[in-house]
Amino acid sequence: MRVLLPLPVVLPLLAAGASLALHRHRWLQRALGLLTLTAVLGVSIALLLEVRADGIGVVDVGGWEAPIGITLVADLLAVIMLAIATAMLLVVLVYAIGHPATEDTRRFFHPTYLVLAAGVSLAFLTGDLFNLFVAFEIMLIASYVLITLGGSEPQVRSGMTYVVFSLLSSTLFVTAVGLVYAATGTVNLADLAGRLDGIDPAIRNALGLMLLVVFGVKAAIFPLFSWLPDSYPTAPSPVTAIFAGLLTKVGVYAIIRTQTLLFPADGASEVLLAIAALTMVVGVLGAIAQNDVKRILSFHIVSQIGYMILGLGLFSVAGIAGAIFYIVHHIVVKTTLFLVSGLIEVSAGTGALSRLSGLTRRAPVVAVLFALPALSLAGIPPFSGFVAKLALVQAGLDIDQGLVIGVSLLVSLLTLFSMTKIWAGAFWGAPSEVEAPDDAGGDRALRPPPLMVGATAALVLTSLVIAFGAAPLYDLSHDAATALMAPDGYVGAVLDR
Amino acid sequence: MVIALGERSLLLDVGIRAVFHTALLFGVFLLFAGHNAPGGGFIGGLVTAAAFVLRFVGDPDGEQGRPLPFHPTTLLGGGLALAVLTGVAAWLFGGDLLESGKATLDLPLVGDVKVTSALPFDIGVYLVVVGLVGTVLTTLGTEREQRS
Repeated sequence: MRVLLPLPVVLPLLAAGASLALHRHRWLQRALGLLTLTAVLGVSIALLLEVRADGIGVVDVGGWEAPIGITLVADLLAVIMLAIATAMLLVVLVYAIGHPATEDTRRFFHPTYLVLAAGVSLAFLTGDLFNLFVAFEIMLIASYVLITLGGSEPQVRSGMTYVVFSLLSSTLFVTAVGLVYAATGTVNLADLAGRLDGIDPAIRNALGLMLLVVFGVKAAIFPLFSWLPDSYPTAPSPVTAIFAGLLTKVGVYAIIRTQTLLFPADGASEVLLAIAALTMVVGVLGAIAQNDVKRILSFHIVSQIGYMILGLGLFSVAGIAGAIFYIVHHIVVKTTLFLVSGLIEVSAGTGALSRLSGLTRRAPVVAVLFALPALSLAGIPPFSGFVAKLALVQAGLDIDQGLVIGVSLLVSLLTLFSMTKIWAGAFWGAPSEVEAPDDAGGDRALRPPPLMVGATAALVLTSLVIAFGAAPLYDLSHDAATALMAPDGYVGAVLDR
Repeated sequence: MVIALGERSLLLDVGIRAVFHTALLFGVFLLFAGHNAPGGGFIGGLVTAAAFVLRFVGDPDGEQGRPLPFHPTTLLGGGLALAVLTGVAAWLFGGDLLESGKATLDLPLVGDVKVTSALPFDIGVYLVVVGLVGTVLTTLGTEREQRS
């Protein structure tokens, strides 16, 4: 544990430096990226097994013991997130290498991508509020570069929105950390859990609300989501896919972590449930109004975040287990759908539904790769979305939260509707005239490169595995949720060693 | 005073020649002075980078030869790798990750010199800052050439 735990942060950062130094050798950069992420994936899986067997793992960095030094903590939730996130990073990197316009001529893609990986890993593993801020910054600064990769006009315009929003929430975050320290005298999460009980409840609630807003911006919950559908679609497809799959979920992870550890409630939280319902409804309505594959999918991210917040808002073991399962399912499916939208753009030259038609005829493989995750997103059995939603519905009905569950089912129906809109617009009908692709020049064949198709297919298979192997994964989520609902275990593991 | 485009300013040329090497040295001085006194890798790097910027302003077409024998991005990556390696070093020798250490070296002529493991980290930061500014300058330079 002592050796393994820091590796998911250290390895990508070290590789990022090497990758920059090797910026003239694209093949070495590729090999380095793939090798590093494969190693990190191996480490995460080893960590997952170890935490499952021996319980929470803790490492003090720099020889300073908690609560003074920086602590890295691997509990079950953290390692589940770490493993699934690293798997996505690896697959999307393979896709990006195949994608004709992402990393060909851009020597900064690989280093930045590795820095992003380090930031995401650190966000999951840190046991310290200030260090969480640092992790967010590492992740965000890498994402500023990736989202404007290419530097076209729409990218810079929507990149501005993204940067301004993120900077604003970072400022608020660091302010909140300062206030937390002023009120309690510590920023170690485990130490905070004990000390927050002792302070004035009004201040405690204010701090809780502040952190919720900060992470809410990152997670794109209602009403803080407006930056997302505007900025994500303009980036290169692999970048959008990894952002859509991971970044908002890091926000959700932070919300789950702080709400369960620092601000535990006695029962279902009306505030969170109301936010969840509004996020689901507004997101899906936004999706229905859109007319571009990536924009529709971007609004769906918002809508889906609502389901995760719903599970947390129920504040029962079953609810949080459902939320964790939902996050895993969502990360895989959402990443897949964005990868497919990239395939659509490469095969048809556009992502606008008005100009797409008849893809089933021209690119049947792409059609299949879209149909499976789309049905899964809407929650049709036997796909992983069905299992995830069923878990949430049962958890909600167990504690009589029928209203918000009803809303979530209605939203599922609307999700299905907007997926059929993509299907009818892009896949059915007579094949349209092939247009010149906007995101890559040159005379390329309009058949998507096998590397891209292979990576996407691997993810579709993963989501099927999640669906058919739902029982062990649900058990894992359930164990993680049980641990989250009893924060004493986490506090004890960090402070009393 | 109006300077015609394309014509070089004598004042600027002479001024840069006078300041450039002093600024470079001062940057390195700040790098080593850091840790317990004002200075450090970041500030030292900025001063050094400022010297390069000055040189770029005076000689944007690189007529006096390139200031570095290799691409500044290599410097940037090497610096980052060095900084991370410093953090990992103690760990590889059985200590904790990011643990710092110090040693006193007895150098001939100079005498006792205290060295902390923060120094290689600072050197890494120094290289990152210089490399970053260098990369910005070369990138802007290419853009200009393509446009004209």
